[in-house]
Amino acid sequence: MSDAIYSFVRVDMLPLLTATFAAVTCGLLGNFLVLRRLSLMGDAISHAVLPGLVIAFLVSGFRNPLPMFLGAAIAGIATVVLVEVVQKLGRVEPGAAMGVVFSILFALGVLLIEQASARHVDLDADCVLHGQLETLFWFPPQDWGEFISWSTFLTLPRQVTTLAGMMIASFMFISIFYKELRIAAFDPELATTQGFHAGLMHYLLMIIVAAATVASFEAVGSILVIAMLIGPAATARMLTGSLLWQIIISVMVAIICGSFGYASATAIPAVFGLDSVNAAGMMAVVAGVTLTLAIIFSPQFGMITKTLRWRKLSMQIALDDLLGALYRLAESGAESASITQLATILQGREIAKGTSQALRRGLVSRFGDMLKLTTSGHKAAATIVRRHRLWESYLVDRAEMLPTEVHDQAEQLEHVALQPPGEPVTDPHGRPIPRDREDRERANQTETKRPKKNKP
Amino acid sequence: MTTSTTSAMRNVESDFSTTVVKAAKPIADPRQSPVVIRALTVAYHRKPVLWDVNYQAPSDALIAIVGPNGAGKSTLIKSCLGLVPTASGQVTFWGKSYAQARSRIGYVPQRESVDWDFPVSALDVVCMGRYRKIGWCRPVTKVHRDAALACLERVGMRDLAKRQIGQLSGGQQQRVFLARTLAQEADLYFMDEPFAGVDAATERAIIEVLRELKSQGKTVICVHHDLPTVPEYFDHAVLLNMRVVTAGPVNEVFTPENLRKTYGGRLTLLSEAVDAVTRASIVR
Amino acid sequence: MYAGHILATNLPSHDHTKSITTVADQWPTWQEIGTTLTLQAGFNTTVVIAGTTWLGVAAGVIGVFALLRKRALTSDAISHATLPGIGLAFIVANSLGMDGKSLPVLLLGAAISSVIGVAAIHWLIKNSRLHEDASIGIVLSVFFGAGVVLLSVIQSMRTGNAAGLNKFIYGQTAAMSVTDATLMCGIALFATICTVLLFKEFTLVCYNEAFAQVDGWPVTRVDLLMMALVVLVTVAGLQAVGLILVVAMLIIPPVSARFWTERLWLLVVLSGFIGGLSGYLGSAVSALLPRKPAGSVIVLTSGAIFGISMLIAPARGVIASLMRRMRLRLRIAAEHILEAAVENQQEHNNRDLVFPKSKLDELALIRAWPWWFRKFVLWRLRARGETIKGSHGGLILTPIGHGNGKRVSRNHKLWEQYLISYADVAPSHVDWSVDQVEHVLPEELVKELERAIEEDNTPLMAGKLS
Repeated sequence: MSDAIYSFVRVDMLPLLTATFAAVTCGLLGNFLVLRRLSLMGDAISHAVLPGLVIAFLVSGFRNPLPMFLGAAIAGIATVVLVEVVQKLGRVEPGAAMGVVFSILFALGVLLIEQASARHVDLDADCVLHGQLETLFWFPPQDWGEFISWSTFLTLPRQVTTLAGMMIASFMFISIFYKELRIAAFDPELATTQGFHAGLMHYLLMIIVAAATVASFEAVGSILVIAMLIGPAATARMLTGSLLWQIIISVMVAIICGSFGYASATAIPAVFGLDSVNAAGMMAVVAGVTLTLAIIFSPQFGMITKTLRWRKLSMQIALDDLLGALYRLAESGAESASITQLATILQGREIAKGTSQALRRGLVSRFGDMLKLTTSGHKAAATIVRRHRLWESYLVDRAEMLPTEVHDQAEQLEHVALQPPGEPVTDPHGRPIPRDREDRERANQTETKRPKKNKP
Repeated sequence: MTTSTTSAMRNVESDFSTTVVKAAKPIADPRQSPVVIRALTVAYHRKPVLWDVNYQAPSDALIAIVGPNGAGKSTLIKSCLGLVPTASGQVTFWGKSYAQARSRIGYVPQRESVDWDFPVSALDVVCMGRYRKIGWCRPVTKVHRDAALACLERVGMRDLAKRQIGQLSGGQQQRVFLARTLAQEADLYFMDEPFAGVDAATERAIIEVLRELKSQGKTVICVHHDLPTVPEYFDHAVLLNMRVVTAGPVNEVFTPENLRKTYGGRLTLLSEAVDAVTRASIVR
Repeated sequence: MYAGHILATNLPSHDHTKSITTVADQWPTWQEIGTTLTLQAGFNTTVVIAGTTWLGVAAGVIGVFALLRKRALTSDAISHATLPGIGLAFIVANSLGMDGKSLPVLLLGAAISSVIGVAAIHWLIKNSRLHEDASIGIVLSVFFGAGVVLLSVIQSMRTGNAAGLNKFIYGQTAAMSVTDATLMCGIALFATICTVLLFKEFTLVCYNEAFAQVDGWPVTRVDLLMMALVVLVTVAGLQAVGLILVVAMLIIPPVSARFWTERLWLLVVLSGFIGGLSGYLGSAVSALLPRKPAGSVIVLTSGAIFGISMLIAPARGVIASLMRRMRLRLRIAAEHILEAAVENQQEHNNRDLVFPKSKLDELALIRAWPWWFRKFVLWRLRARGETIKGSHGGLILTPIGHGNGKRVSRNHKLWEQYLISYADVAPSHVDWSVDQVEHVLPEELVKELERAIEEDNTPLMAGKLS
């Protein structure tokens, strides 16, 4: 084993693994917290476990991991219950209820730590906020062959094994209860009527979250726990609309946050000859950066996509309006129209935008102040007016349908069935609906569409 | 301009403004009309909710916006008031933009949109209608409280002025909202379902106030869900189903044909409504 | 780093020359308690106690609006988001050759970064598919994470000593100088005055945003102003209570006060009072007793007030509402017995107003009363002089009971008739618990209903359309 690898295994591997395990555990569970709008429950739990830890410590008198884990877990569950009590019995809104409960518990914890220090008990609660990743040293066996053995396993720090166990437990929890969790998150009442007790699922989830929080924060601190409960799930939510994919992506994001965060806290400053910075904090920052990038660049829900879509939509409305107006004028015998004339007809619409777009696409030609449809423009306009009038007769014939239903139907109407049932020749106002004799291919290429459904 | 072009334009005009308002008092100048809506299109996500709505409201009238569920009635009001972003189109009030005409417009939101657990009394809520007149940082004085009490009196709620709003019944809450709008002393009122889930007494109280407003030369535009009462309560109606099917005086627009175009073939509902029109015309 | 610093900084706090509070290892004498509580324990202690008290008032007052705007936890994000600002301000000030630990500089940095935090929350809610809770959580943790990173950078800088910056996480009244306390007091005073001046605007925006917007108020700006005041109070409280617990000063007092009243101005006054009281007690206790950090004591004091309020407050307290519910149940049950007794008497035409045990058993079975509840109801009937004990476990109605029973029975009949006649609008109006129908329905309507009952229950067709 080369020295470089050995020193990596000794110094960096365990913190890296631990951080990644914690990130994946929290990222997995966070999906359901974010969906159920309980993100801040993670915040509340991770703050409120402090008194549980301290009491367990004071009672057991030494730093035994088991009582401390139990104390923290009890405090975590107590937080969930107390929040519920304050919310239901006291009629306090959920956010405020969480705020009240966790701040009181945290204050209690701080006070208890102070009392403990009076008895010259060294209670190092550093880990509560930003963990102690950096202290996870390990002296691995020199030989690769010894790596996979029980005795080596026993030399691993407790945090690593606990977190690995916790990660497997959360994986199992989610895969076993995937269906139940999904229905309980989406529609708690339906879940209950179907026999999946939504309240029970809620508590189960909360218990697992509390356990994951407790297991993680010793290693990575409560701030990272909150960041990982929310960040990966939120990023994944920006990238996909399906829950299963969201979970898968969130795990990948969590791995990126864990590894890249750790690297940027240790390796990157080292390149510049600087001291390493706090790794847990850096991972939270990486989570923030990932989320920001996802919000801006997400192909489906991102800001850029949204802006482009909006612009395209208003452009199409403007173009459709212009072409439609010109076509209707042509129908009545006026082959061309002046811009001022169009402005009178198209009050409140953006003419300039539509005109420039139509000119650029070669759909209209311009002679001084007068606009005239070109041949291709005429075809495109016929499609638009035809659609408009088909739409109107459709809405009238099928008025009892909900408008939202109509859209999907009408979408099909346009693309599949060329005529609505009954094949109207005129629209409800008695005007002819242009026949679709022309080649649809070319008309479709112009992609002039009403803002019904604007597929990207 | 040649005659053929003029007639062509008229044709186009009627195509776009599917409704040419046949108001009882026709208004030539859109600057006289309290609200003119032109080519309003609103889309939530990808689905349009309102599509190419054109409407010009007559002044001093009680106008009902009716249509089936999901037809975009509330959205129409909200987009007029700038509460919902629009995809295209323009709304003017007396020929001015909304920001300029704001002080002349009052609004009664839907009852569900408010936190009824909020620690304010009925009187406090009505006083809110006077806040704009009071201005920044100044406290509510007795003058304004008296004015608010007078508004509560008009809706028959003076006795309950000190009650916390959550302790009032649905109808009483609606009356408080109405009183608050009265306190705004506007010229144009938008009301979102003022008759939804109220008792008979409140319904009577509201309609009396509406008529009083009309007699003072004000315009009230209500989203209304109860078709049979339209002829009795309102004198104008806008039939809306994503786009304006038709609009005008109630006895003109409430024809079986128009209602069918708006609601589809729900015959029971239609016959009720048509009966109501007939009844109302007999009364008149 | 975190709690570790409490240990490190609080124990040897004697070496702070400017230290105001004395940290003794034994209990204070009565005299010491007296002088501290009456603000006579020296100028410094007095300034700190007064400052913290006023901070509590300010936080309580502005917290009401944060609570009513459903922004309670936004303030949590605000306080956590101060940390990177503190770190950056320290680094920038140090590199410019200024004193990195100068409080105004650090607080300015804190304010700027928490404003950026608020903006980030708004940006997230507007541009992403995330709900408010997730947006708050992510801003809170990412900003705090960045702060922790910056602190670790400072620690490794040769020029800086980050130890002093940690007091902002947990707060430390002991480390406050008179100038610090005066600054805190000034900010708190300013925030309170602003809130009182903008009372009306804040109420409107909190209560009904859409209406405020239509009414011509710049909702976004009012909103921002409100958040700015929250930021101010948070920043002012950093040194005294620390960034984790300062949120409690903004949330707990208004939530506690809410139990006591339904009036907004009283809510603001009460919340300010609770905040002030806990600020006062907290700082005084931490000045008197060893190892009682002011932040925790303040939060625990207000927490105790919260617990008491939630239990015993007459308006919305748990006990009061449980009792109200119980009383209503009892009353309805008693009325059922009286009504049944009167009907029984009318049916059998017996003069002596006896209600036998068999009928009572039947009633209890139908209404599913547990045995203790039945006992309770019967006791209530006797206590109010409505019945007396009859033979074989039965009841005998007294004249009072007979009268009440008749009234109840008439009321119920009228309500039923009302429901039949006005089926479309009635349900929102029916209130069985009201003494008399007349209290809810207009008199002429009640007469109409009575007539209808007399006409052998022919349903009224005189609907609202006529």
